[in-house]
Amino acid sequence: MLKIENLHVSYGGIRALRGISLEVPDGKIVTLIGANGAGKSTMLRTISGLVKAESGSIKWNDKELVGLSIDKVIASGIAMAPEGRRVFSDMTVLENLRMGAYLRNDKDGIEKDIQRVYELFPRLKERNWQLAGTLSGGEQQMLAVGRALTSRPQLIMLDEPSLGLAPLVVQDIFAIIREINKTGTTVLLIEQNANMALKTADLAYVLETGNITMSGTGAELLVNEKVKEAYLGKHKN
Amino acid sequence: MSRILPYLLSGISVGGQYALISIGYTMVYGILRLINFAHGDIFTVAGLLMVYAAATMPLYISAPLVIILTIILGVLVEKVAYKPLRTAPRMSVMISAIGMSYLLQNTMWYLTGGLAKKYPTLPWISDKINVGGTTTSRVTLITPFLTVILVIFLVMLIKKTKIGMAMRAASRDFETAQLMGVKVDSVVSFTFIVGSGLAAVGSMLYFTNYATVTPVVGAMPGLKAFVAAVFGGIGSIPGAVIGGFIIGICESFIKGASWTTFSDAFTFGLLIVILGVKPTGLFGESLTEKV
Repeated sequence: MLKIENLHVSYGGIRALRGISLEVPDGKIVTLIGANGAGKSTMLRTISGLVKAESGSIKWNDKELVGLSIDKVIASGIAMAPEGRRVFSDMTVLENLRMGAYLRNDKDGIEKDIQRVYELFPRLKERNWQLAGTLSGGEQQMLAVGRALTSRPQLIMLDEPSLGLAPLVVQDIFAIIREINKTGTTVLLIEQNANMALKTADLAYVLETGNITMSGTGAELLVNEKVKEAYLGKHKN
Repeated sequence: MSRILPYLLSGISVGGQYALISIGYTMVYGILRLINFAHGDIFTVAGLLMVYAAATMPLYISAPLVIILTIILGVLVEKVAYKPLRTAPRMSVMISAIGMSYLLQNTMWYLTGGLAKKYPTLPWISDKINVGGTTTSRVTLITPFLTVILVIFLVMLIKKTKIGMAMRAASRDFETAQLMGVKVDSVVSFTFIVGSGLAAVGSMLYFTNYATVTPVVGAMPGLKAFVAAVFGGIGSIPGAVIGGFIIGICESFIKGASWTTFSDAFTFGLLIVILGVKPTGLFGESLTEKV
């Protein structure tokens, strides 16, 4: 379980997170929704160690993550598919997947997990030898998720996986997120597409300017009037 | 042909030496987006180390020792001058690089008293041989082959090994490479190991053709290797190698046409033309990226 307590982060002179506390129980899909600039990405970047926390704690299976180097965090079973996909554009699809397994040394296990990713995303298998930069946006997103999976994480963090994708592709991506979760991987999902995220998530938090203002199950927030108004674009009649 | 051959041979040879130095510039740029201005001075230090090492040791000990010491120096320069500035603006790192360059140069002045040191005659490789009717030293023949072998080895290393894959990933996207678990500091150190090691080999081949080493003598080949790296497309290893050979051969022919005075001017003129016409060089990474 990931347990964050009273986390403060300043980022480029801005107080991006102001005392966040939240929990990501094992085996669940948890989503963090909020407007642009609410601090969602900072949250994930702090967990992975890319950004230093000012104070507070991030406990992962009772181990403190604050202060650990990024590779130690990744080695502890956390993987991240960053915002904007960030695939290695001049490497092939297969090499990208191998990069995801960079910290592993079990050759057979890696091959097996790459095959698993190919089963999950048959499109990637077809494009095995293609340079990642030549893939479409949706395929690149699949690759970013697949790359995170090849480290065989207990927790996968997805930063805006639906950003800039066609609605049909978004449906596919979310179906796969549920699929990944069914195999026992915990998912922490950040989304601006609140509608899809809340429908998918077991647990949801609303982040506003560095504070958590609401939380509940996905279904609860989906019918919450305030959430509807602010994030789902549905006005009260 | 018999009139051209000697110039062609010496051009290819000097070009190979430029190529070996320019790989250090281009690799460091590829990873850190930094022009390591101290690289030319590291090359000179390798020359001076050889002066001292060869005085007391046979070649089969002195040569590897010089390579190892140069590598240690290169890695040390990175740890002292660049690593603390990892998140600093690029301009600060560049100033630090220039400072490091002068620090090395002045330390050499201090240690040698500014006197030119006689470069040792390396056995076997400085022997005179006859190629197609022209007399030349064996190093002229060895350089291009050694260069090509080392480059092929390096390219394989980058293509096939795990550390090579990490280097490619880090040169493309530092942050995402870290998210894969790549320790960027080890990748950077590795880059400096390769760059400094090749500069040390290059220095042995280069100085064999000269009588002496002075603290500033490496500045010019260093700068030319830098031009070679830019010409080939900075960040690209094959580019740096081809750039090195082209510049070496052109200079040699210009000297052969008895315009020696202009051979340096040609190289730096080339730099200005490239930067004006095609700043990414022959094989440089294109600036447009699909988002």
